[in-house]
Amino acid sequence: MPFEWLVALRFLREGRVQTFFILTGVGVGTTVIIFLSALITGLQQSIIDRTLGTQAQVIIRMPDEVPQVLDTLADARVERPAQRIRSIVGWQQTIEIASRMPGVLAAAPSIAGPGFALRSRGSKAIALRGIDPGDYFRIVDFGRFIESGSFDLTGFNAVIGTDLAADLGIRVGDKIRLQAVGDRATILQVSGIIDAGVRDLNERFVFVSLRMGQTLLGLEGGVSSVELKVADLFEASVIADRLADRTGLRAESWMQLNRQLMTGLRTQGSSSVVIQVFVVLAVALGIASVLAVSVVQKSREIGIMRAVGTRSSQVLRIFLIQGLLVGLVGSVGGIFTGFGLVKFFEALTRNPDGTASLTFALNGALYVRTTVIATLVGIAAAVLPARRASRLDPAEVIRYG
Amino acid sequence: MAEPIVHLEQVRKHYGEKIITPVLHGIDLEIQPGEFTALMGPSGSGKSTLLNLLGLLDRPSSGLIRIAGTETSGMPDRTRTRFRGETIGFIFQFHYLLPAFTALENVMLPSMAREGRPTDAMQRVASELLHEVGLDDQAHKLVTEMSGGQQQRVAIARALAMQPRLVLADEPSGNLDTKSGRLVFDLMRRINQARGITFLIVTHDERLAHRCDRIVELVDGQIAADGPNVAVAT
Repeated sequence: MPFEWLVALRFLREGRVQTFFILTGVGVGTTVIIFLSALITGLQQSIIDRTLGTQAQVIIRMPDEVPQVLDTLADARVERPAQRIRSIVGWQQTIEIASRMPGVLAAAPSIAGPGFALRSRGSKAIALRGIDPGDYFRIVDFGRFIESGSFDLTGFNAVIGTDLAADLGIRVGDKIRLQAVGDRATILQVSGIIDAGVRDLNERFVFVSLRMGQTLLGLEGGVSSVELKVADLFEASVIADRLADRTGLRAESWMQLNRQLMTGLRTQGSSSVVIQVFVVLAVALGIASVLAVSVVQKSREIGIMRAVGTRSSQVLRIFLIQGLLVGLVGSVGGIFTGFGLVKFFEALTRNPDGTASLTFALNGALYVRTTVIATLVGIAAAVLPARRASRLDPAEVIRYG
Repeated sequence: MAEPIVHLEQVRKHYGEKIITPVLHGIDLEIQPGEFTALMGPSGSGKSTLLNLLGLLDRPSSGLIRIAGTETSGMPDRTRTRFRGETIGFIFQFHYLLPAFTALENVMLPSMAREGRPTDAMQRVASELLHEVGLDDQAHKLVTEMSGGQQQRVAIARALAMQPRLVLADEPSGNLDTKSGRLVFDLMRRINQARGITFLIVTHDERLAHRCDRIVELVDGQIAADGPNVAVAT
């Protein structure tokens, strides 16, 4: 074992109580970081999953209609027209372009518009969605939300949300009358009822086949949007911008469609970072103060080592190694404790049906990152005490201790 | 005559910058290889300061210090540390061993520091030295588990680890009882005679000083007396 490592280990072993306390300090700090990171990341992941569980990551639509203004009428007051459902011109080409774009996993057409669901004397405003489940489930898998019946949209079948079913007193197999814009209406059979976990969606969504949607919304052969799934969630905006440039259409990412959510997530992330920075700072100060005390306590021994030929650079390394060891060993201990704490909380907050109510995101990258940070902090915290130790005048410390 | 192991010319030392406290006033001293010299003097006479200068632990304010033929005053720190490790051995009043290490490891310390890691050869040399000071059965004991006399013997073995040409001892028996002090002194004398290593020993004990070849007396930072010990010479 190299000389500096041998001395560093012996110094740490010699000051067992101090070493124990500083290791505990680093361990507690690491535990807090692991627990907090796992909790915040898990929470964010859960929120994103829930949001994107019922929403495409990128949606391409026709741009808004705006009136063309002739130059001679430049001073005229121009009224913005009400927007109507329009088909994407050449939507098959759009799907082709999107599918070939790097980072895009799948693209599928859909048609969406307002309407009414009527049954006996009850009526509810609905959001009509025309999709081809085979294609569309690669974007958003609504099939997994099925609560009763099946997600069958063939022929005159429709799938509705649980709240809409409850409001209209509908069960699987019952008939429902759908009325869309322009008095286009039809009677469909409810083949399945879904619970997407979102009240608004359960109250309003009615899924029909793409062809039925086109017929009801008056867009025969057309689609109102092309929806995408991307490989990296946080690249969605970049991909949307690229697609908008390539196609001249309006492409929006889930981040643009959920600005408030993104702001919330960012704020949450920033708070977590601030807390972690303060924890790291506290750990660094702890290590630095213990090593500073150690330099004072061991100044005579350092003086002796210097007197018998130990170089000041070796003394410097001895204390840096102590910082490194404290950071490394303390963080590994803290990772185990953090892991245990996460598992304990997971068990404590489990729902009666056994599912987790709090989602924690633990992964190898978090462990590696935390260990590397703690080790670097340990070394950085040891720099000042180590420099002080290496500059001790052997004659003075031998004379005055 | 052989080249002196220690050659001092007009060595002065003072502490402080605004308020100057002079400690040594122009010391001239030569010590020949193999000499066993006692350095005596009252407290505050500058003995320890002189020892620190000779041990290259401190730099003189002016004057020339030549150790084993090498002028040391202008040496950079790194070279001084290396030269000190290879040429000079130290024995201190309070032994100053590293308590977290065994006797063997303490003896190996100077060579470990120089080579960067312990080796079998170092361990062999350290074991031989412990045998020489009569502690071969205590090699793997922590020094904190040893008596004061034993610890001082470990310190002597450590001082010899790098086969130095000069050993500087600062009151090596000052913290020991009479019997242990005499044993330690005898040990140093035996090593001096067997290996020809030069010893400069600071001591207050006149009985021990009178067993040295030569006695140098320092008073108020100046050499007041320097000559062969008549008792030994005769």
